[in-house]
Amino acid sequence: MSTTDDAFTEQRHGALTALSDLFWRRPKLLVLLLLAPPLLWLGVIYVGALLALLLQSFYAIDEFTGLVDYDVLTLKTYRELFNPANLDIIIRTVLMATTVTLASAIIAFPIAYMAARYARGKWKAMFYLAVMLPLWSSYLVKIYAWKLILAKEGILNWLFAQLHLTGLLEAYLGLPVVGGGSLSISYTGTFLVFVYVWMPFMILPTQAALERVPVNLTDASSDLGATPWQTFRHVTFPLALPGIIAGSIFTFSLTLGDYIIPQIIGSSRLFIGQAVYAHQGTAGNIPLAAAFSVVPIVIMGLYLWMAQRKGAFDAL
Amino acid sequence: MTTAVSLKAITRRFGDVLALDAIDLDIVEGEFFAMLGPSGSGKTTCLRVIAGFEQPSSGELAIFGERAETVPPYKRNVNTVFQDYALFPHLNVIDNVAYSLMLRKVERSERYRQAEAALEMVKLSGYGARRPGQLSGGQRQRVALARALVNRPKVLLLDEPLGALDLKLREQMQEELKSLQKRLGITFIFVTHDQGEAMSMADRIAVFNLGRIMQVGTPEEIYLTPASRFVADFVGSSNVLPPDFVGTLTGKPGWASLRPEAVTVTAGAGANLIGMVVSRSYLGATTRLTVDIAGQRIHAVMPSGPAMPEEGEQVAVSFDPSALHRLADTP
Repeated sequence: MSTTDDAFTEQRHGALTALSDLFWRRPKLLVLLLLAPPLLWLGVIYVGALLALLLQSFYAIDEFTGLVDYDVLTLKTYRELFNPANLDIIIRTVLMATTVTLASAIIAFPIAYMAARYARGKWKAMFYLAVMLPLWSSYLVKIYAWKLILAKEGILNWLFAQLHLTGLLEAYLGLPVVGGGSLSISYTGTFLVFVYVWMPFMILPTQAALERVPVNLTDASSDLGATPWQTFRHVTFPLALPGIIAGSIFTFSLTLGDYIIPQIIGSSRLFIGQAVYAHQGTAGNIPLAAAFSVVPIVIMGLYLWMAQRKGAFDAL
Repeated sequence: MTTAVSLKAITRRFGDVLALDAIDLDIVEGEFFAMLGPSGSGKTTCLRVIAGFEQPSSGELAIFGERAETVPPYKRNVNTVFQDYALFPHLNVIDNVAYSLMLRKVERSERYRQAEAALEMVKLSGYGARRPGQLSGGQRQRVALARALVNRPKVLLLDEPLGALDLKLREQMQEELKSLQKRLGITFIFVTHDQGEAMSMADRIAVFNLGRIMQVGTPEEIYLTPASRFVADFVGSSNVLPPDFVGTLTGKPGWASLRPEAVTVTAGAGANLIGMVVSRSYLGATTRLTVDIAGQRIHAVMPSGPAMPEEGEQVAVSFDPSALHRLADTP
């Protein structure tokens, strides 16, 4: 048999061919090469910066000089975090993040469910467009637009007046905590804008999770005697939970860290983000700013740990 | 005899498509009933109408004498074994089986006792703590069966439950299903596209095609006396002979079927039907031959022997005239 004409292997040469052959023989090498840049980015720039931040929070500011004392590591800054004024900021922010997350989840679920179960073809494209469209416009523009909507002279007040419901709105604004001079300077206003701005981040993961729940599981549940509500409680919801948790990580952590929305819409009381902004800027208290920014990280860690313990990721 | 499920002129439309075209069917309590047909023939839609997942566009459905077409699935005493099992991935095996008991608020220990008994019935005791994802296809099949039976439904619906299993396992499950059905006395309604499966398990078979029922009868009736060309061809892959050919054989033209095992093929001439072997497949105990007789192909299945005709050989074809079964003119 001649080896030149009917050779089993095709004879090709060149550096690129040799490289392809090498990657084919050692697939892990290719994976390593592809992963190295993102891992370096994540490891050095991202985690490194986080660790530097953590380190900052263990320094403290010297009361006499007003300068940061880089010679001693101390928990003094963390103690300061727990004084009533600062604790107040933390509690306010966590409560806001919690209500925003719950409201987002409740509003997002039916939308995500409709999209996952009933929307097909053109309607599905419409859904994605409708959910994503608000993300295309500037965050600041949206917030200022909301300020106008919620203001005393805004369209919402006008609408209530047209419906002869001004009294109802006044009564609501008269309530303690949630009320205020007008919606645009109340916690309710802050809450509404947070829910609006973060909504896509809740809808999309929830929809993705629901998409993966086979329709025949719903059929099976119903077949075994479950009313639609029981099917929701025992099948649909548990299977969508990882998606809802993923969405809530976004809404919760974004609310915990945001400093622009509460600054533009809401009462003048500070949220964590604003506190960080103020301490690292004008006040020059970098350690306290760092300690403040550790709070959301700790809270998110606790939240995920609890979610995992409760079996939220069992359906993954 | 009580009628378990009764369908009267059940019609189901999906847009322009007529999935079920005025189906009339009575299924007797305690029988093993098979709905057989090719894909798209309406058999699964029919099962889903009985389960309650589909509402008929028109017609009457009664389950044990009670009108059911507007009763939601969760209020029907009918359970289903789904084609791909539809086990709940977030629950372990015992909780999957105990699901219906949990809904009915059966106390926990009693619930698990009954679920364990159901698992034992399908030979899966001790698998309760596993997740469905950790089981093989055959085991999932059994869990689905236990889950549907734990309630002791009056009617069990099975939607191609053995389709995803390999041959050996499928044959074993066929026997187990049959004996389980005998033991429990529950009405089984079984959807399949595999005629062998339908024949080996069912007491009665309904053959579906294009949204209609072509024939209802025992496996013997369906096999020996098919009512139409479709049934003759689909069940038992009979030779369906056209009117001209039957006319030259018998003098009376008309469609007829001829079972391949009734045909004898012998080497050389001699009989009045002479043809040529176009293909030969060895199936073990039997050999399948296709003979071309002046343009008409006839299949024969004969016991394998040492002197089988070769491909391309001239052969004589003969059969007992009584094996020729006349068919109606309808397709």
